[in-house]
Amino acid sequence: MLRLEDLTKNFGGVLAVDGCNLEIEEGKITGLIGPNGAGKTTIFNMIAGALRPTSGKILYTSRGEDGKESTVDISGLPTHEMFHRGIVRTFQIPHEFGALTVLENLMVVPAEQHGESLYQSWFHRKKVIDREREVRRMAEDALEFLSLTHVRDELAQNLSGGQKKLLELGRTMMTDAKLVLLDEPGAGVNPTLLRKLADMIRRLNKERGYTFCIIEHDMDMIASLCDPVIVLAEGKVLTQGHMKDVRRDERVLDAYLGGGEEEAA
Amino acid sequence: MEQLYGYFLYSLSLLTFGGIYAILCLGLNIQWGFTGLFNAGVAGFFAIGAYVSAILTAPESPRHLGGYDLPIPVGVFIAMVVCVPVAWAIGRVCIRLRSDYLAIATLGIAEIIRLVFKNELWATNGARGVSFVPKPFEAWDSPWDQIAMALVVLVIVALLYIAIELARTSPWGRLMAAIREDEPAALAAGKNVERFRLEAFVIGAVVMALGGAMMAHYIKFVDPKMAEPLKATFLVWVMLIAGGSGNNKGAILGAMLLWFIWSITETIAPIIIPDSFAHVVYPFHLVASWFLPEAWMATPIAPDPVTGLDSWDSKAPFLRVFLIGLALQIVLQKFSSGILPEQRLQSLADTDDASARAARSSPS
Repeated sequence: MLRLEDLTKNFGGVLAVDGCNLEIEEGKITGLIGPNGAGKTTIFNMIAGALRPTSGKILYTSRGEDGKESTVDISGLPTHEMFHRGIVRTFQIPHEFGALTVLENLMVVPAEQHGESLYQSWFHRKKVIDREREVRRMAEDALEFLSLTHVRDELAQNLSGGQKKLLELGRTMMTDAKLVLLDEPGAGVNPTLLRKLADMIRRLNKERGYTFCIIEHDMDMIASLCDPVIVLAEGKVLTQGHMKDVRRDERVLDAYLGGGEEEAA
Repeated sequence: MEQLYGYFLYSLSLLTFGGIYAILCLGLNIQWGFTGLFNAGVAGFFAIGAYVSAILTAPESPRHLGGYDLPIPVGVFIAMVVCVPVAWAIGRVCIRLRSDYLAIATLGIAEIIRLVFKNELWATNGARGVSFVPKPFEAWDSPWDQIAMALVVLVIVALLYIAIELARTSPWGRLMAAIREDEPAALAAGKNVERFRLEAFVIGAVVMALGGAMMAHYIKFVDPKMAEPLKATFLVWVMLIAGGSGNNKGAILGAMLLWFIWSITETIAPIIIPDSFAHVVYPFHLVASWFLPEAWMATPIAPDPVTGLDSWDSKAPFLRVFLIGLALQIVLQKFSSGILPEQRLQSLADTDDASARAARSSPS
């Protein structure tokens, strides 16, 4: 579904991503792990269009209206273009629209809202309202799914950390997403909620057919949820495979304990 | 009776000026209140509106460009249209700047606009300004001309209010608020944030130009001093913040209230402060005169030790600034997001539900 070819990102002198090659397969929940600074979030930012790659390709395969598959290089496209191709991301630190209600936070997301045009919102009120009801129904369904219905009319800034995480996931449900990038959905979330979150992700994967790619430091969550797991270190893919095998791989252990530096020295 | 009539005319002028400031405030509310664009250059768009409409409608004069003698509504309309490409060009360059940088850039651009009007003598008659700008209903008898003018301004405010409120309550308004709250998230929701920021900037600027044009026709005169940042930018900001940014009713209320304070201080200054107090005030006045534009400070003459004072008119401007600052302090201490804070409403779907329910229940 998505293939990175020699993807590289240079921040000044720092090589955050160094010729990375990896593939995310359609329909799977792929885990992306690695020590801090391995370049995981940078890769997400490039796939989601928030950062422009220094070099390399991001090849995205999607099925068009006619069911035919086509592959294009989407590297360097702006974020909203990525969104319209079905690539949706969440943030490591929740980004909620604080002064909007929880329901509104979700209602912002869907595309093709006629009311986003001033002309339509002045002169085609009926059409805007009809779409608005559809969008609201969609948002209410998502809140139901997330068990956030009770805070529907609360301002998002008043939510707890865990609820904000759920809201992040909720945003991905408001569109016809194909590839969902979750950046540490479990960080700072209590174990009970974490299990619920993992269940939700599994359900979205099964019921809606979302392909997931998840950055996570909670290895139990990764182990229970993801197959395959890709291990990054210093901007490159170190190894990949099933969590069982990855866990046994000594290079992975080294990378997490800073073995890479020893090698370099 | 005579005096009562005077009060009546005065309150009409309060309403008209207040209404014109309300137009400016509504424009700024679109930019700052909804979308979070820190435009510190209100005066620039105000000046464009005022000058363009004035030059297009004023009678021919050897001192400035003109002689087009267009009807007032046409002049006002063209002033707004002219503002579109100007605001678009400014926005295109500046809109990516984050809040305080945008403020610095727009503040500078507004000054450039003012200085262009001040120095392009052939077109604008420089510092002496464009006079004989036609005023609507000029031929009518007093007080009907004043009443009609006030009504026209208030009707414009009402129409703007309705149009902007419709926009605010639609997905457009929600999206603007989302952009203000968290831009990366709005981007991640697939919105072309830059385009929408630019749209809000241009629409706000056009509304400001409308305010400027109305001001020119009301006071029948335009000069570069009108576009000085203190009166045409900061006063508008204070009005919006005190009234409640993000709330259209608040914007109008803030404009009316602060204009009332601004205007009334001229009259009450001599009443609330005894003459002998002038000696105490004088040093402050002197200091203020170093910072405030000359227009605000009548010639700072030292009070005559024998006869008492120079006129209190010269102190009033200084007191005004103080009172406006005080008013803002009181409002913000008491109501942290303005007198009428922003209100989140559910969605248009709700209003429709209510009417649909009513429609369902009525036949049965």
